[in-house]
Order: sequence, then C-alpha cells, then structure tokens
Amino acid sequence: MSDKHESHGYYTGGIHNQFVPEHYDPKNKSVIWRTFWILLVITLFEVGIAFTSIPHEILIVVFIVLTIVKAYFIVAFFMHLKHEKMALTYAIILPFVLIVYLIAMAITEANFIHLWDKLFK
Amino acid sequence: MAAEATLTQETVSTKKQWGGGRSPFSVSWGKMYMWFFLVSDAFTFSSLLTIYGALRHRHTEIWPKANDVFTHFPGFEGHIPLAYVGLMTFILIMSSVTMVLAVDAGHRRDNKSVALWLGLTIVGGFMFLGSQAWEWYHFIEGTEKGARITANGEVYRFPENAPHLHHLNPPENALISPSQEIITDKAKIETVMKNSRPINGANLTENEYGHPLFADFFFFITGFHGFHVFSGVFINVIIFFNVLSGVYTRRGHYEQIEKTGLYWHFVDLVWVFVFTFFYLV
Repeated sequence: MSDKHESHGYYTGGIHNQFVPEHYDPKNKSVIWRTFWILLVITLFEVGIAFTSIPHEILIVVFIVLTIVKAYFIVAFFMHLKHEKMALTYAIILPFVLIVYLIAMAITEANFIHLWDKLFK
Repeated sequence: MAAEATLTQETVSTKKQWGGGRSPFSVSWGKMYMWFFLVSDAFTFSSLLTIYGALRHRHTEIWPKANDVFTHFPGFEGHIPLAYVGLMTFILIMSSVTMVLAVDAGHRRDNKSVALWLGLTIVGGFMFLGSQAWEWYHFIEGTEKGARITANGEVYRFPENAPHLHHLNPPENALISPSQEIITDKAKIETVMKNSRPINGANLTENEYGHPLFADFFFFITGFHGFHVFSGVFINVIIFFNVLSGVYTRRGHYEQIEKTGLYWHFVDLVWVFVFTFFYLV
C-alpha cells in the first residue's frame, strides 16, 4: 500500500492533505506544459485526420481512443489523480464500468430499433 | 531516510490506514466530496452523450453531418468546418493550464501568481462562453438560403449547404433528400418544392440541417456544459476576490484553489468528449 509520493510534495499522513511547500518540486511546471502540448497536438491531429480520406469506421475508432488518451492526461496530471492513493483512484474510476455497460445496451437497442423500422415500417 | 519519510510520505500499514481516525484516502473531506460530486456529474454527462449516440444510431441515415452544420469562422466567408470548435477547444485547454498553474502557485504560497493565473483562467472562461454564444447564434440563425421542410417534417436541403457532398459535384438546382441522396429529377424537385415551406436555422422543434433531435441534443448538451462553465467562472471569480483579499494567505494553505481547479478541469474533460461526439465522429 505504498504509493510513490516523493516527487510532488504532498504530505499524505494526516487527515488533511496539506501540501508541504518545502517539498515543492520545480519539475511540476514542466509536467503541466508537457500535458498541455500533448493535449494540443492530439487535438490538432484529430482535426487534421478528419479531412483525410481514411474510412469513417476507422476514424471513429481513432477519435474515441484519442479522446480517452486526452481524458487520461487531464485526469492524471491536471486533476492530479495519478498521485492520489490507489484506493481513491479506484473509487473514482471503477464506477464507469457501468457507463460502458450503459453504452453497450443503448447502442445495441438503438441498432435493433433501426433494423426493425427498416424491415417492418 | 526515516526523517525524510515522515515529511514526504508517512508509510503506514493498510490496517492503520483504514483503522479509523484518519482519512483512508489521505485527502481532506472537501477534496473527496468534490471528486464524488464530479463522478456523479460525469454520470449525468455520460448518460446524455450515450442517449445522443443511441438516437443517432437509430436515425443513422438522416442524422445531420456536423461538418455541414458548424462551418463558420469569424472574419471568413465560406465553409470552414472544425476550425472554430478547434479554437474553442484550444481556449478551454489553455484555461485549464492557467488553472493548474494557479494551483501550482498556491503550492508555492505565491499569492500574486495565484491571482494572475486565476484571473487568466476567468478570462479564458468568458472567452469560451462568448464563443459558445456565437456558435449558438449561427446554429439558430441558419444558412442564408435555408432549406425546405415538408408537412411531415422531412427536410430537403440545397447542395450549397451540404459541403460534405461537394466532391460529388451536385448540380446547383438539385435537392438533397433527408437520407443524403441527390435529387436531380425536375418533376420530383417541383413536387417537393410545392409541398414544402422554407426553414432557416434550428430550434427545439425544427432543424434546417435535418433531424430535430440533433438540435435538441446540441442545445441541451452544450447548454448543460456551458452552464457548468458559467458556474465555474462564477466560482473562480469568488475565489479570485478571496485571493486578492488574502483569505488563503491567512488560512496558510490554498486547498480551495485545488478543489475549484478539480471542477474546472472536469469542465474541460467533458468538453473533450462533447468535441469528439458532436463534431468529430
């Protein structure tokens, strides 16, 4: 149960998650800007490939994967979740399994209604 | 090593961590509740976007193409899809960066820098809200020529307003059927024109670009997100004046900035998904 907390200055022992200024890491700023550039480059790349002749089915998959990558960088570094306790991370991330289930159900149902309308309407 | 450990990280057993008298997550209650609120809020947005996806699959042939709808850019004529929303995304990512820099300055107990970065975040928030108002205006206003709508709600569009079909070189007097077919038959065009009336722009019941559900979802989801941005700006302004009057200097820590920052990044996070599912896919 030992997470790596050395590099970002959080004192995690007490009930208040107070930041210890003495352990402020000057590298934090470069992590912020690195995250910014990653997000910017991914967004520009997405806009760029939208105008190519790559088949739409492949583009959709690429867009969704890149969106999840962007979401990871925002949550992990901007929202700092990467440096929180694993238990908190799981408490926040795991409920979204239900959303995956919801998406699977809703899209399957919608495709079925679409097919039904086509065949019988 | 031992002395260092007590300052940077107190290594405790799982039993002690969860044994009571301390936060098992090692966060303050305020931060934990902000996280749990964001999880519930993310569920709301997930549900909205999921149902958007489901209805789009249900009406897949007649669903409007975003590249036909959002093609304006201030100061430019013609169809420039994705550029404006790309700019909006950039503004929001940028304001996320200034927010996280404000949190970072708070860690250094640098009140002036916190005020500066937080101020820039507020400016970014207002810029985004303004952009969204502009986007809504053009969507509601519609194209100059508009489209034709029949009595049973079918929308027939003019080729010049459907740039995604321009590579097929449709003739100028043709019509685009609801299922994106190019109608060139004169008699058929005449029948459609006789049995339809002009329509310009979109509202909650009609949409010149196609299915009205597209407009409903656009207004509801981007409106709901825009209201989150508005709330975020409102909270940031309060925090900004607290910073200026030295509330957090007296308190000795800037955890409030971190909690507000979590909310602000979440707003950015939701936009990443809205951007993908409304504009890209």
